[in-house]
Amino acid sequence: MSDASTSKSGGIPNPLAWIGRAALSLFAEVGRLGIYAGQVIGAALTPPWNLAQLWKQMIAIGFYSLPVVGLSAVFIGAALALNIYTGGNRFGAEQFVPNIVVLGITRELGATITGLMLAGRVTAGIAAEIGAMKVTEQIDALKTLSANPFRYLYAPRFLAACLTLPMLVLVADIIGVMGGWLVSVFALDFDSTTYIRNTMDFLTMDDVLVGLIKAVVFGAVIAIMGCYQGSKSKAGATGVGRAATLSMVGAAVLVLAANYMMSTLFVNIGL
Amino acid sequence: MTQPILELKDVKKSFGSNHVLRGVNIDVSPGQSLVILGGSGSGKSVMLKNALGLMTPDSGKIFFDGDDVTHEQGKEREAMRARMGMLFQSGALFDSLPVWENVAFRLLNAEKMKRAEAKERAIDTLKKVRLGASIADLYPAELSGGMQKRVALARAIITKPELIFFDEPTTGLDPITADAINDLIIEQVKALGAASISITHDMASARKIADEIAMLFEGEIIWRGPADIIDNSGNDYVDQFVHGRAEGPIQPAI
Repeated sequence: MSDASTSKSGGIPNPLAWIGRAALSLFAEVGRLGIYAGQVIGAALTPPWNLAQLWKQMIAIGFYSLPVVGLSAVFIGAALALNIYTGGNRFGAEQFVPNIVVLGITRELGATITGLMLAGRVTAGIAAEIGAMKVTEQIDALKTLSANPFRYLYAPRFLAACLTLPMLVLVADIIGVMGGWLVSVFALDFDSTTYIRNTMDFLTMDDVLVGLIKAVVFGAVIAIMGCYQGSKSKAGATGVGRAATLSMVGAAVLVLAANYMMSTLFVNIGL
Repeated sequence: MTQPILELKDVKKSFGSNHVLRGVNIDVSPGQSLVILGGSGSGKSVMLKNALGLMTPDSGKIFFDGDDVTHEQGKEREAMRARMGMLFQSGALFDSLPVWENVAFRLLNAEKMKRAEAKERAIDTLKKVRLGASIADLYPAELSGGMQKRVALARAIITKPELIFFDEPTTGLDPITADAINDLIIEQVKALGAASISITHDMASARKIADEIAMLFEGEIIWRGPADIIDNSGNDYVDQFVHGRAEGPIQPAI
């Protein structure tokens, strides 16, 4: 189907054909990803569950992400406090630093930063692992041994990501707010007790909940993108490397897009 | 004639404009060892994947023990796979699991056997392929290529299958290790009374393990006969392959 459009104009690619082809392949890809995601979610939500694999993945995805999530959160919280102070200073509103830091971290940055960091650490890792298993025939071997890859490989990763992301976001929330407090108290001369009291007074359950709901969706995106790109990885080191790159970029963009859409939704329903 | 354990009837498979299988007809009887020869790109692996149900043919039928399994899914497919073993070319051992869990994988996952019992069975099976219990807790990456092949063989035979597939069992091994693997394959397949289909381009291996030899060329079986007449097949293609000559009707794939 691709040759006809280029050969007519004597080898010069027809831009309309090019755009059409790109659009078609985009839709086809979205369709394939959608079907794949449906299969993963279907396998994840119906028994039997592979609890041993689930636990293993929760440790790999959740526990081992703690350092990277904690470090990212402390720096984001610190930078946020500094910026709000500088901005607020211009119209005498610097006392709102604790309020805006806790709002920004719980509703937005705690989840987004965790999602982005895991899109790097976890998605690329999953894609590389599944891709390597695919090219060394381990996925075929699973099938011949009567193990369904959706149940044995993909569903545990999906569930582990959806379950551990909210926990990681909770950690990111706490450490992020702490980052803001550190800068405010030690660099900006805020009173520690007042800062903490203002933070606690302004903190609402709804704001935290918003971040946690986002985290579940990010978890799904992160696991599915990793498994999807890995399971269609081409042979060789380049194939696996490409799968890891594509999965990571795709997951990061989707995390940010999903974040915006959910923020819009939550604002509209007043959460 | 006894009913074949596996039969492929006019199986065709294409990838885009690349017609890999152009109508493969082959069958293997219970207890028989069939070796399928074929050069690089002749469609050997695709044929094997169709037979195993890892790919679905575009047309044609696949019968396992008399049942049409061409489009079977789910439980019926699993029931068929429970009676088959497969030794992958690269071994395809699971890197994340120790050797014994690899060998006992089907027992642990599909058959829900207790771990202690499964480990015992795995160690017994490892003994059959001349591997000691000491390697049971190692990981596949810690083993040599020959040992990995043996572990993979143990995994293929642990559930006593009726049909075992071997995908280039000796590729990548030195001649002595390759010969040892051939001996093990013959010994274990005989002990199980299983049928086997091996695809290979290693003539030494083919001569040793085959009852019958068939040749796959450009997606079709072009010759089939008893292993002992392979040198007098009367087929130019087979002759060129058996003697490894660059000149002849088959163009080298370079």
